[in-house]
Amino acid sequence: MAVEVRVTSTLERLVGAKSVIGEGATVGELLAKLDAAYPGFIDQITGEDGQLHRFVNIYLNDEDIRYLDALDTALQDGDVLSILPALAGGL
Amino acid sequence: MDSVAHTHLEDAMAVSVYVPTPFRRLTGNRSRVQGRGKDVAELLENLESQFPGFRDLLFDDQNRIPAHINVYVNNREINTLKGMATPLQNGDEVAVIPAVAGGTQDGPAPALTPEQMERYSRHIVLPHWGTDGQRKLAQARVVVVGTGGLGSPVLMYLAGAGVGTLGIVEFDVAEISNLPRQILHHMHDLGRPKALSARESLADNNPEVGVILHQNRLTSDNAMDILSGYDIVVAAVDNFPTRYLMNDACVFLKKPLVEGSILGYEGQCTVFLPGKGCYRCLYPTPPPPGLIPTPAQGGVLSMVPAIIGPIQAFEAVKLILGMGQSLNGRLLLFDALSMELRTVRIRRDPDCVVCGDHPTVTELIDYEEFCGLPGAAHTAAGSADPQP
Repeated sequence: MAVEVRVTSTLERLVGAKSVIGEGATVGELLAKLDAAYPGFIDQITGEDGQLHRFVNIYLNDEDIRYLDALDTALQDGDVLSILPALAGGL
Repeated sequence: MDSVAHTHLEDAMAVSVYVPTPFRRLTGNRSRVQGRGKDVAELLENLESQFPGFRDLLFDDQNRIPAHINVYVNNREINTLKGMATPLQNGDEVAVIPAVAGGTQDGPAPALTPEQMERYSRHIVLPHWGTDGQRKLAQARVVVVGTGGLGSPVLMYLAGAGVGTLGIVEFDVAEISNLPRQILHHMHDLGRPKALSARESLADNNPEVGVILHQNRLTSDNAMDILSGYDIVVAAVDNFPTRYLMNDACVFLKKPLVEGSILGYEGQCTVFLPGKGCYRCLYPTPPPPGLIPTPAQGGVLSMVPAIIGPIQAFEAVKLILGMGQSLNGRLLLFDALSMELRTVRIRRDPDCVVCGDHPTVTELIDYEEFCGLPGAAHTAAGSADPQP
């Protein structure tokens, strides 16, 4: 499945763009493929336990994947995946 | 009197008249009608002839407009012009605004003064706002933590809208790198406490807003005391420890928290309401220090807080007036480069350590330590520019 992946902050610097096209039947598969293309990608998103960092949320369209099937969430062509870390700034 | 109005009707000026809610049963529920007259007195006679009963609603038994009803010509109250003899021009906008529309004169909130009616007229005529809403704002107490890029426009618009009491938590001094986006502070404020320049800038705009300064860092020792004195808390801070501190304090105090954050060309905003989720449900832990760039490292487009700040201000106003759909349950995402604004769903986490079903954090903690900054002295509410 071809999915638009929107990134920000550190990930944006890693891939060199605000969005990138990813492939995979599930979110986890897609992230693994992106990590192969952009080494270090997945370390920004998951910890050593393979779970999502608690300061990063991934939205499939407008829904948090934690409330779907987390990294096993299935993807459809045309989906939009947004990876959003917490932002500190206010000034 | 009717005959006078009719005599002049042919050459009298045509004006647009705003009709307040209590009068609309006379106008077929229309909020705007056309009227004619060379001055206000003639216009009112003309309105009586078009809408019989208008005069009785407007005038008291001494045939005068009572003090609680104001008549405006192009947003100037007629007693500041020439009263009933105020001349009218074609296209003028006339508004009849009772100070207590829909209510009684001895309600809990004082009636608005003529100057307030004029100052807030553009808001008062809005649907869902009115004089009742304006008086609710005058009674409201909102505290804003930080007077930087977000806090500056939040405070300016809350003051401009007539929020009666504004608390400001700020301990820092103004620096030149603040000025492109921190619109409460100016060249002559460099080196001065930002709390003082914030108060002065707000007073320059709206001197009737009460401003309470808390010239301290927000800490675990003072947060409950400071925030408990307000109805709504607005986070306009630059660091994670203060963000989590404010979140936990608002959960414990059951206060609504209006959150905003910015980085680079992007911003986020949401509202947390008591019992309906909190910042820890969204982000249970902060990123390790250094992973997410601060604005000092990653930069921030000055126009981004100028978008997000007023959104925060309006979310606070919506809570006060009970209007519209709150951002509660949604995270608003703004990207200035693509100029996209969208929302994603967020919700309460039953396992949340602060607001979940079985909370394990029941009092304020050491937030520097929680955020991996043991002993760090440089992070707190409203610091001017985050340390690298």
